[in-house]
Amino acid sequence: MKRWETAGVMTELSGWGRYPVVEGSERVSENFEAATRGAALSRGLGRSYGDASLPVSPSDPVAASRRADRLLSFDPASGRLRAEAGLSLRALNQIFLRRNWASPVVPGTQYVTLGGMVASDVHGGNHHVAGTFGEHVRALRMRVADGRVLEVSLDSEPELFLATLGGMGLTGHILEVEVQLERIPSPWIYQESRRVNDIDDLVESLLEGSKRWPLTKTWFDSTTRGPRMGRGILITGRWAEPGEAPPQAPELRERLSVPFELPWSAVNGLTVSVFNMLWFHSQRRGLQSEVVHPQAFFWPLDGVRHWNRLYGPRGFAQYQCVLPIERDTRVVRRFFAVMTKRGCPSPVSVIKDCGREGRGLLSFPKPGISIALDVPLRRGEKTQALVDALNEIVLDAGGRIYLAKDVLTRADHYRAMEPRLAHWNEVRRKWDPDHKLRSALSVRLLGDEP
Amino acid sequence: MKAVLLGATSGMGRALARLLAERGESLFLLGIPADDLLRSAKDLEVRGAAQVGFQVCDLLDPTSFAGALKLADDALGGFDTVVVSAGLFGSQERLESDPEFAARLLAANFTNTVLFCEEARKRMLPRGGGTLCVFSSVAGERGRKPVILYGSAKAGLTRYLEGLDHKFRSQGLVTITVKPGFVKTAMTEGLRPPPFAGEPEGVARQVLRAIDRRTPVVYAPPMWALVMLVIRNLPRFVMRRIGF
Repeated sequence: MKRWETAGVMTELSGWGRYPVVEGSERVSENFEAATRGAALSRGLGRSYGDASLPVSPSDPVAASRRADRLLSFDPASGRLRAEAGLSLRALNQIFLRRNWASPVVPGTQYVTLGGMVASDVHGGNHHVAGTFGEHVRALRMRVADGRVLEVSLDSEPELFLATLGGMGLTGHILEVEVQLERIPSPWIYQESRRVNDIDDLVESLLEGSKRWPLTKTWFDSTTRGPRMGRGILITGRWAEPGEAPPQAPELRERLSVPFELPWSAVNGLTVSVFNMLWFHSQRRGLQSEVVHPQAFFWPLDGVRHWNRLYGPRGFAQYQCVLPIERDTRVVRRFFAVMTKRGCPSPVSVIKDCGREGRGLLSFPKPGISIALDVPLRRGEKTQALVDALNEIVLDAGGRIYLAKDVLTRADHYRAMEPRLAHWNEVRRKWDPDHKLRSALSVRLLGDEP
Repeated sequence: MKAVLLGATSGMGRALARLLAERGESLFLLGIPADDLLRSAKDLEVRGAAQVGFQVCDLLDPTSFAGALKLADDALGGFDTVVVSAGLFGSQERLESDPEFAARLLAANFTNTVLFCEEARKRMLPRGGGTLCVFSSVAGERGRKPVILYGSAKAGLTRYLEGLDHKFRSQGLVTITVKPGFVKTAMTEGLRPPPFAGEPEGVARQVLRAIDRRTPVVYAPPMWALVMLVIRNLPRFVMRRIGF
């Protein structure tokens, strides 16, 4: 693979939020292992929202895993799957849902790679019972900073293994992932949904729902204030039993596409208020129960290709935090008060209760309430000020933010939120003393040299 | 179907092999290197192929063809389909400045591909034929500035395949010429995709349909049939002026 002795192909790179956009040299190859030799960072499908998958400079080669997507073994008796790190969750679904096997944990889009799911240690609607993706990962094959390729697991290299779950790709290149799939009764979802009227009702219903359901999430209206602040829709579900489900396997599909970048953002206070109002009222009063397509339940936004283009040329930021509530549940109300007062017209806003803390040294979830927002980027310092204000609340409550979604958090805020960082840094220092692996995120938050 | 695939570890060949595996066909992979073949064989097995074997066979080494095809025949119990998607690619600039590479590319994409097809034909004809599906290119349709050398090899290949189909279809051997336009694969990574650029999975679906229906020529994506119709009919003085 002589080609990789040179830099790769120059291209514009950005996360899903399309902010920031940087020049990068990308090595795209089906031979991902060769492409990672001397690379500063790996990148999957670029679905982390901010700067986690972006190089520090064009001279830092980025190895792209998206064409390294082969399945290497699957044991139909145990459900243990091993595959190259570039396999997407969508491809996994296409192959395994019809066989009644599913990824044990899924994030809000199927367009993520196994490697990315490990690096961000993703969580989903079943976090309160299944934990993060990393809890189901059995082994990794990695190229570490000194160039060696190693088998990494709890048995062989426990520290590196745990530092890599949620380690944002900074501990080594993830080449292969071995994960335990979940046996499901059918590939369809039985869901119940109902309206909730305000923030207190929302949190209470969510916690109540999670006692009885393996899958829970809520969508909420980020624009209503006053007594209806935090109104939304509670959605609970489980895999449908064979008797309830349609006999055929669900087809995965994309129905719509945003064909080009809009010249200005279609997402503003007015459009989002209208959209949120329509969405809220699309849910009938009373309890609604139905068997739904897994895509409609887990990945509704995957139905629209390139939906991030709706935000126009400026792009958008995401923000997700978790707020511990065992001390004081009113912190969620405080968070909402600040958010609605400063204005955060987020069309896709999700609240989810989190279960136990992941075993990854930097895994995001911890017990409490997790809130995810789209934050349209506005002129001037307004967006930064909003994120700073929200981070103050998170910090005060003993919570933390999700790195896969972050792009605006300040380093001092992040470090104050993350007491586990010292341990993780120590492991990183051991495996990569010169910080050969680095990203725009590690420069922004961890103090790597720019 | 019992199919031999040369070049199924990457790009469009990989995508086509996966469709065949999902249908539960029996496959035998040829190509290089061995560990890449092994990984692809496992991938196809998990995806549902009835059986998958493999053997190292280098398109740059014609002496390896006969032996490899015999092994494939033995493993599959007589193959009925052969797909060739292997080939080399290089930009016109690189080929102009590196005659040694140009010689290799011309040999691989024309002479050796033809020799491989001849071996495959000799095995299939006596038992009543089968399907020979070979990836050529729209680059062989017209002498074009950016693909003079690459295109000339593909032009020769296209004519050879056309002749085969004319001569042997009545004896049961169906020859399918696939002419991809621009397809986003690792091979074309770094080139700016023109309009109508295709994805390997889409091309693979088209090719599989052609194999099932015995369609002799496939432009993929289909829009390229129209594009090339125009290009084929442009007068020379226009071709001299445009960069396409």
